[in-house]
Amino acid sequence: METVVFALLNGLIYGLLLFMLSSGLTLIFSMMGVLNMAHASFYMLGAYFAFTLGQSTGFWFALFLAPICVGAVGACVERWGLRRIHAGGHVGELLFTFGLAYVIEELVKIIWGKFAVAYEVPAELNFSLFELYGAQYPAYRMFMLLVSITMLAGLWYLLKRTRIGLIIQASLTHPHMVSHLGHNVPRIFMLVFAAGCALAGLSGVIGGNYLVTEPSMAFSIGPIVFVVVVVGGMGSLAGAFVASLLIGFLQTFAISIDANFAEIFSFAGLNPEGDLGRITISSLAPMLPFMLLVLMLMLRPRGLMGEREF
Amino acid sequence: MPKGIVWKISLSAFLLSGSLLSAEAETIKIGYIDPLSGPFGTAGDGGLKHFLHAASEINSSGGMAGMPVEIVGFDNKINPKESLIQLQKAIDQGVRFIAQGNGSSVASALTDAIAKHNKRNPGDELIFLNYAAVDPALTNAKCNYWHFRFDSHVDMKMAGLTDWLRDQKDIKSVYILAQDYSFGRAFTAAAKSMITEKRPDIQIVGTALHPVAKIKDFTPYVQKMINAKADAVLTGNWSTDMSLLVKAANASGHNVPYLTFYGGGLGAPTAMGESALGLVKQITEFHENIETSEKQLARMNGFEDTYHLDMFYQRVYTAMHMLDKAVEAVGSLDIPKIAGELEGMTYESPYGEVTMRAEDHQLLQPLYISTFSDDVERDVENTGFGFKTDALISAAATALPTTCKMRRPS
Repeated sequence: METVVFALLNGLIYGLLLFMLSSGLTLIFSMMGVLNMAHASFYMLGAYFAFTLGQSTGFWFALFLAPICVGAVGACVERWGLRRIHAGGHVGELLFTFGLAYVIEELVKIIWGKFAVAYEVPAELNFSLFELYGAQYPAYRMFMLLVSITMLAGLWYLLKRTRIGLIIQASLTHPHMVSHLGHNVPRIFMLVFAAGCALAGLSGVIGGNYLVTEPSMAFSIGPIVFVVVVVGGMGSLAGAFVASLLIGFLQTFAISIDANFAEIFSFAGLNPEGDLGRITISSLAPMLPFMLLVLMLMLRPRGLMGEREF
Repeated sequence: MPKGIVWKISLSAFLLSGSLLSAEAETIKIGYIDPLSGPFGTAGDGGLKHFLHAASEINSSGGMAGMPVEIVGFDNKINPKESLIQLQKAIDQGVRFIAQGNGSSVASALTDAIAKHNKRNPGDELIFLNYAAVDPALTNAKCNYWHFRFDSHVDMKMAGLTDWLRDQKDIKSVYILAQDYSFGRAFTAAAKSMITEKRPDIQIVGTALHPVAKIKDFTPYVQKMINAKADAVLTGNWSTDMSLLVKAANASGHNVPYLTFYGGGLGAPTAMGESALGLVKQITEFHENIETSEKQLARMNGFEDTYHLDMFYQRVYTAMHMLDKAVEAVGSLDIPKIAGELEGMTYESPYGEVTMRAEDHQLLQPLYISTFSDDVERDVENTGFGFKTDALISAAATALPTTCKMRRPS
């Protein structure tokens, strides 16, 4: 019982963090058709900005300032980088963002050094909230949950209930018509790209001190974010949400299962000390998202809720 | 004087001074192949600084047999394949000694590559100074003449820890957590067999192997330990895997003894904080609060003032000074002879005599079990806390039999 409760809680938090990251990616993809390979780099920038800003302004200002700064960087990248390459087709964009990811990583190494920085949970949130089955539950995790849910609700409201959301949705499917109606579609694109980057930045701000803020953090989480977007269906926000939670739960549940192959497939008579029999489910946890990716592409290439095949 | 003679004299003077200079300036290059970036970069960087400091000690007292020592860092990103590329790069730069420690998987690849290189290039051999890779196989099944290990291996440290565990009657169950590679598996196997042998009543309530340097949040693992109701945790984790583990244990309020190899490693004491007092234990050849000479205290202060880092590896100094002694005895860079000198060498370390056992090239040195405490003279990472000795294991008592069948060059 306690295993399930803990796995659910941790899975939920990890899943929501993944969603915050992948929502921006999937938004950008559905709007501009750009698969932003550098998306996780904006997540890393968010964490580093929050670390640096936090030293002078404190965590709470950094929580708002850092995503705005990341969004501004994103806007510049779109305005002076992607927009020019856009005319040349998708391969150019893909290569551009791929290169950008490396450039950002190297810049981070030059500015903040090659090692992890001491970006810590703020003292006001560094206490345990409640005790559950003998384990204390840190308040910061609940705070992350709160931020993620607020962001989720805000995003939903913005897209579904406001005029801006209406225009964004319209430019997704009918960019020319929206442009003929007098809206500046390139500027909308730039804003969406900036907003997507800011969301990644925000997840960096709250994820950087929960996990570790180091130059390799973008490359360690980047592949998982792509898995989320593909499993959820390219361009589908709802799909990304379901896929994030699915992967969050899958990974944390797998870690909490101690059984090995010999026990699960006991009918096959596997030797518990053998190479195959001694593999435990928990040791498979890091691989599971990618297994899901491969299976999804084989069985349902458009993802859970995606609309287009690719 | 005819012009020709002046020219000849000055030329021969030039050649003479050239040859004198080259004899004087022959530098002993030690290639340090360890992670200098990435998640384990801090660990590799810390080791490099110890080597640099030890080299500056030796250089300020005239070098090794008059030859200055230079440490050259190579970033292997803790990847065995990358290490072999860096090894080749080091050889091309004229390096004759290789130092490495982080990752037994890397050490295993290097020791094979160095043995092969030495076989194919007589007269151009290399010596491998292993200062921290502790998979027992390196001085047992995989031992070779060119590899010298200056750290006590997994089974030796585990024997010390389990001897201590034998007297802890209130510990009735343990959980074993280690990294999923050769070292972690050796750690788990040693823990299981020695606990079963010395305290058959202790229940091993769980074991987990986790991917190396991939886990950023250990909370699910800590919650598994809490659910399993473990009275103590045994872990071989090091560097970020250690500090993130104690960070998660701290956040989850998991207040049981953690018996570790690397609890004092860089970053971990900061992550542990007050809640780990009296609970985190380590078995090492060194911590800053062992009673010692003024000279050694001056060395610690010198290291800390230069690098703003706590001293952690006494064994790096041991390795460098033993190498110094061997080179002095040989008087030149004759590598097979230097290896022969190192074999069986005894050396007076600040913490007692150490011996490089000839049969397997495993250093026998005193080991200390120590606990994270607030009652200390020298703290770590400016936390106000440090390590305090619980027990001393003499060098002779750490010795374990070896299966090594060393093949020596004829």
